[in-house]
Amino acid sequence: MTNTQPHSPLTPNPVTRRTILSGAFGLAGLAGLAACGSGSSGVPGQAPAVSAGGGATGYSGPKVALQFWNGFTGGDGPFMKRLVDQFNSEHPNIAVSMNTMQWADYYAKLPAAVTAGKGPDIGIMHVDSVATNAARNVIQPLDDVASALKLSESDFAPVPWKAGIYNGKRYSIPLDVHPLGFFYNKTVMEKGGLDPEKPPMTADDYMAALEQLKSKGIQGHWATPFPFTGSMSVQSLIWQFGGNLFSEDAKQVLWADDPGVKALTWFQDLVTKGYSQGKIAQDADIIALQNGKTAFNWNGIWTINTLKEKSGLDWGVAPLPNIGGTKAAWAGSHQFILPTSRTPDENKQTAARVFLNWISQKSLEWAKGGQVPARNSVRESAEFKALKDQETLATQIDYLHFPPAVAGIGDAIPEFEKALNQAVLGGQDPKKVLSDAAGRATKILEANAKKYGG
Amino acid sequence: MAVTTAQPTRPSSGAPPTPGGRRSRGARSGIHGSGWTPYLFLAPFLVLFITFVAVPALLGIWISLHDWDFLLPNKPFVGAQNYTDLIDSGAPQFQPFWNGMKATGIFVLISVPFLVTLPLLLAIVLNRKFPGRTFFRAVFFAPFVLGVAVVGLMWRYLLDPSFGMVNGLLGALGLPSDTAWTTEQPWAWISLAAVTIWWTIGFNAVIYLAGLADIPAEHYEAADIDGATAWQKLRYITIPGLRPVLIFIVVTTVLASANMFGQSYLITKGGPGDSTRTAIMEIADLGLSQYRMGQASAMSYVLAVCLALIALLNFWLLREKKS
Repeated sequence: MTNTQPHSPLTPNPVTRRTILSGAFGLAGLAGLAACGSGSSGVPGQAPAVSAGGGATGYSGPKVALQFWNGFTGGDGPFMKRLVDQFNSEHPNIAVSMNTMQWADYYAKLPAAVTAGKGPDIGIMHVDSVATNAARNVIQPLDDVASALKLSESDFAPVPWKAGIYNGKRYSIPLDVHPLGFFYNKTVMEKGGLDPEKPPMTADDYMAALEQLKSKGIQGHWATPFPFTGSMSVQSLIWQFGGNLFSEDAKQVLWADDPGVKALTWFQDLVTKGYSQGKIAQDADIIALQNGKTAFNWNGIWTINTLKEKSGLDWGVAPLPNIGGTKAAWAGSHQFILPTSRTPDENKQTAARVFLNWISQKSLEWAKGGQVPARNSVRESAEFKALKDQETLATQIDYLHFPPAVAGIGDAIPEFEKALNQAVLGGQDPKKVLSDAAGRATKILEANAKKYGG
Repeated sequence: MAVTTAQPTRPSSGAPPTPGGRRSRGARSGIHGSGWTPYLFLAPFLVLFITFVAVPALLGIWISLHDWDFLLPNKPFVGAQNYTDLIDSGAPQFQPFWNGMKATGIFVLISVPFLVTLPLLLAIVLNRKFPGRTFFRAVFFAPFVLGVAVVGLMWRYLLDPSFGMVNGLLGALGLPSDTAWTTEQPWAWISLAAVTIWWTIGFNAVIYLAGLADIPAEHYEAADIDGATAWQKLRYITIPGLRPVLIFIVVTTVLASANMFGQSYLITKGGPGDSTRTAIMEIADLGLSQYRMGQASAMSYVLAVCLALIALLNFWLLREKKS
């Protein structure tokens, strides 16, 4: 589950006692890092208008080498590598080399590299980081690509397509969506006296199933207090109960409203009503599903490959059950971006756009890595429908939710995650922890609005 | 003989007295080169120090007076606001910062006493002559060579409340096996302190060993003749003889514990709630993940000043009391 972190967490700096014998060192390190970017020109120039059809007409110039950075360190990495190799063999005058690193490192490195003029030509970004990086001039607008390649909303699922727009300009082209899904252990369900082919899909059925499992001594749905995937589960529930995390303009935090309280209370009740072990640590919920300790787990689509690797495990996957009344599910999305370049090279800009268009049409291969293709033609193809597990989760495509495309929105989410942790681990009152978190998040959003001029 | 005496003639503290006026004589005779010689020898370090410590530290002050994001063209000057925000309960960084300072303080208070005393006891034991002594010295020092990522990840798995080996072993012994080592207080703090002690005990022990080797054996012989007990020898010879080492260890250990980041980032993820989010975690999050480098720098300076004051207090408390 390393391959799809939706937010860019801070880099786990290997701080050792040896390097921090003095308080001044940590300080100097921080200041030094800031100093790296304070060169004469903090803002890389915008790319010039790209001629040669923005990539639609192919690329016929001299041979160019393109750098492609991403964070596909998990099982999805080899699938992307295969696509890049295929592209290279079909395009003799473009050589794309792929550089894979941890997402956290990637998000820390990219702005610095772009500022230093050493950024890659192509990159991948999670949809909730696009706005922030657009506001910080790390990535360039792609309206020319979209129009030159004749990409339009009708080619893509509307939700991830719209998510790539910031301040009226398109900054990213969707590659995939990775929604939350409902995974279940069939063996455990059978042991608990449930029909393993009929996972509960409504609130009442779900509760009845959990009660039934409890009567057989099985804690059916372990509630994790951590972002992966507790935060995603409760976010899904908020949308299901008809609420939202933020107002559309992201000026207001709405998660402390009634739907938010209902959602967190439902999730907390999994523990208080005995359907979940309490005080569990990171990933214990999905491990419990694999070990046959629990029956249900809400997790990301990337879990398909994790569970497939586990031989002898009899599992199934379904769209999220509808607990709140409105169908909804959390999703992330990988999007292609072109980092800004301080010394734009027209040939490279064109070649990069050719690559973008080509790979977006080939996203079926990518779907095998455990994702739902964003492109309609691929998602509706017979080949994709043959990938049964992915196809099941793809049915959620029209009611998936992303955070608003507002710069710095990722700064506010951790406050929500704190509230989740306090409620599930600390047993605190959901309404109180949510309103406290909303108060802190509102201040962060206000500061962001000022900073990014929103 | 309780102590090895590799260098029995070495004085207990301080370097041998240098003859006065040596430098001026050298400068006059020309044998020791020009007056610039010492500075030339210092130059390589000085260059590194200026580049990587002095300049960034001064730049940090400058940054802390601005709303600073290195990628945005606009870095408005805000004066002392980043500092006053830290004492204004209405500011967004007020609660996280002081919560972080509190967590840092708690960790210092619960970890430093053990990190100072346990390595001392260990060093006294390892200083005795017994078969396999070198082996045991290596064993206790070994965890220190591991990086924080290895230590953090390994203990996160070992301490997992549901599937960890620690609870598994406790259960096999018939002891309670449902302790939430990483997800409930006070267990989270106990786990973090214990992991840190396990990790770094060897480092402080090695420094104590070096200090013990410096205590002249004659002191112990004289004490034996006077019929001193083991406790009296520890109290009146070993500990006073270790004072310079003790000051070093207390000061560096307080600083190291106050800079704790990796353990709680990896093992408890700052939880339960935000109880183990240390000041460094907040600063790193604010500066490197939210790109509020001005505010993060201001926090860094406040933390640095606090640590400097505590270090001074340690020096003062452990100073040699002249009778």
